[in-house]
Amino acid sequence: MLASNVDRWLWWDWIGRNSDLIWSSLREHVILTVLAVGLGLLIAVPLGVAANRWRRLYTPVIAMTGVLFTIPSLAAFAFLLPYTGLTRTTALIPLVSYTLLILVRNIVAGLDAVPADIKDAADGMGFSRMRRLVRIELPLALPTIMAGVRIATVTIVGLTAVAGLLAIPSLGNLIYVGQNRPIRTAVTVGVALSVALAVVADLFLSGIQRLLTPWSRVRRERSP
Amino acid sequence: MNLVQEVIDWFADADNWSGRRGVWHQLREHVRMSGVATLAACLLALPPAVWLGHKRRFGSVAVNVSNVGRAIPSFAILVIATQQFGLLEYPIVGSFTTFLALVALAVPPLVTNAYVAVAEVPDELRDAARGMGMSEGELLRRVELPVAAPLLMAGVRTAAVQVVATATIAAFVGADGLGRFIIDGRAVNDQAEIFAGALLVALLSLLTEGGLALVQSAVTPRGLREADVPTGAEAAALAVATVPPPDGRGTP
Repeated sequence: MLASNVDRWLWWDWIGRNSDLIWSSLREHVILTVLAVGLGLLIAVPLGVAANRWRRLYTPVIAMTGVLFTIPSLAAFAFLLPYTGLTRTTALIPLVSYTLLILVRNIVAGLDAVPADIKDAADGMGFSRMRRLVRIELPLALPTIMAGVRIATVTIVGLTAVAGLLAIPSLGNLIYVGQNRPIRTAVTVGVALSVALAVVADLFLSGIQRLLTPWSRVRRERSP
Repeated sequence: MNLVQEVIDWFADADNWSGRRGVWHQLREHVRMSGVATLAACLLALPPAVWLGHKRRFGSVAVNVSNVGRAIPSFAILVIATQQFGLLEYPIVGSFTTFLALVALAVPPLVTNAYVAVAEVPDELRDAARGMGMSEGELLRRVELPVAAPLLMAGVRTAAVQVVATATIAAFVGADGLGRFIIDGRAVNDQAEIFAGALLVALLSLLTEGGLALVQSAVTPRGLREADVPTGAEAAALAVATVPPPDGRGTP
């Protein structure tokens, strides 16, 4: 009877008894994703702004972040284990580096698309470079930047699961546990929550984007 | 650091290179597994994506497939498939469940890039081709595909690099490949072996990226050579970013 339960894709008893494990895995997954994308933005915004202002920086920055993006995640986590152990740091260093290519690309693309006459108008009104960047260019580039943040977030939700294979707490660890015991339900819960988290995060970010760019809503209402 | 010396010793040990468990065997297996999966994914994904791009239809479907695909961890597909089908081994394909997981990983970037590449061919080019009396088939073969080739190849490159990087997880279901060193090293807590395995996978990924970059520039028509061709990962990000989400177009 036990064997038949182990084989089931959904075994509610197991879920009830392990709600603590499920809950903490989900929480850790969310924390890792938020920290990775947040730290990624902290690094990518200055890099993107610099690459937009000094074009010569663009190619080396993209090449460097491209190489980081190419390193397999499982390999990267394994590299770091001897140094940082089973900690958040081990998961975060590769995760942050994976966000950079996506974020920098979109930040530069967004800033590049700001029309020259708008920048001229800002200059004419006596804006300083910094004020023009913060008040004019970044807000106008926001939709493209947010598109990057959304791609990065969904990607990181998937990659954080890989960290679970090396026993770093996350929804991936739930899948790993389910594979080893083997308890199919653990796998189902891990995958379902991981996909659900990606979808919820994407919807949440698109909601934030709507709040931050009210002008795009006004325009849509006028032109149906 | 002591570990560096241990890793050098590991690579210097001839026993680690030869035999059924050696580097050469695992490298061969890794390349075979990745190659077969990428090829199968291309055969599966490219014809419909190119056709849809030619028709310029269902663009948002193609892009959304790619976005949802990113959210599903490959090893979750691997684990579920293995629990469902068991450890199947076939000739050429090898571990069937690994094959499934890798094909599922490769399809989304192939679809997005192929669709965008063909759909974004400028209207003037199509009109000119039609004006010269080309049939739809000729238009696709002689105009759209050559012009789309660089971006389409960028998709193949992204897919192949991701497949090479991810084939590492095959070791979780007992299949061969470079992941063996990471998984086996972890099982016996041999840091040098883990590190060596990770290094080999990273190097193979970079080699794949570089090799396919050469192919990409080779398939770029001479007239388009000067244009700035994005790298694989860039193009994937670009492809999704340039087809904005429903509320993405916000510039006043």
